[in-house]
Amino acid sequence: MDKKKLKLLFIGLVAGLVNGLFGSGGGTIVVPALVFLMGVNDYKAHATAISIILPLSIISTIIYFTNDSIPFNIAIPVTLGGIIGSFLGAKLLNKIPINILRKIFGSVIIYTAIRMIWK
Amino acid sequence: MILILVGFLSGIISGMGIGGGTILIPSLVLFNNIKQQDAQGVNLIVFLPVAITALYTHYKKGNIDFSFAKLIILGGIIGAIIGSFLATSINPLSLRKYFGIFLLLIGAYELFKKKE
Repeated sequence: MDKKKLKLLFIGLVAGLVNGLFGSGGGTIVVPALVFLMGVNDYKAHATAISIILPLSIISTIIYFTNDSIPFNIAIPVTLGGIIGSFLGAKLLNKIPINILRKIFGSVIIYTAIRMIWK
Repeated sequence: MILILVGFLSGIISGMGIGGGTILIPSLVLFNNIKQQDAQGVNLIVFLPVAITALYTHYKKGNIDFSFAKLIILGGIIGAIIGSFLATSINPLSLRKYFGIFLLLIGAYELFKKKE
């Protein structure tokens, strides 16, 4: 098997592992991997990442479900809010300075991470 | 009502392509006292309808590179099975800490990444 194919399989393996283990973050692995390792442009990488993470998330959802880790009483209201929010987010995308937002987001994430580790 | 709001806010973030799970999972764990695994399960299922809608739009516009996607998905299926079984079998407090370390890496990447 050639190197490129092995690289793609390996990117998938890591993304699937992370996405399954943390129930999130698959896209965080796939997007930079496509951009920096495979030379895909940023926009296409985001779109392609969704086509990859969707089937992986379906598999993970089934395994979580069989282990009673999908609380529907919580999932239903969160999904409802999530659908409305993501439409709004996609509309706001071109109207606000995303770079500043990313820095704020990074800071919030680091603070949250510390709380998750030392709660 | 709080749960709808939590979903709404993380939806805005993920709609902008930044990653809603990194907000949603800690919010559920820290403010709603939900078990780490359950919070991750909620995030997985919330992602599905949003992703299906987004995928449909991108597919029609021809933004998806299937030549790359196929092999990544193949490797990804193996990873997803291993990762999910691991997640459902480890202690919730340990999983929360590992998740925290993963978040720390994402946060650092967002802060220090150049470009764009």
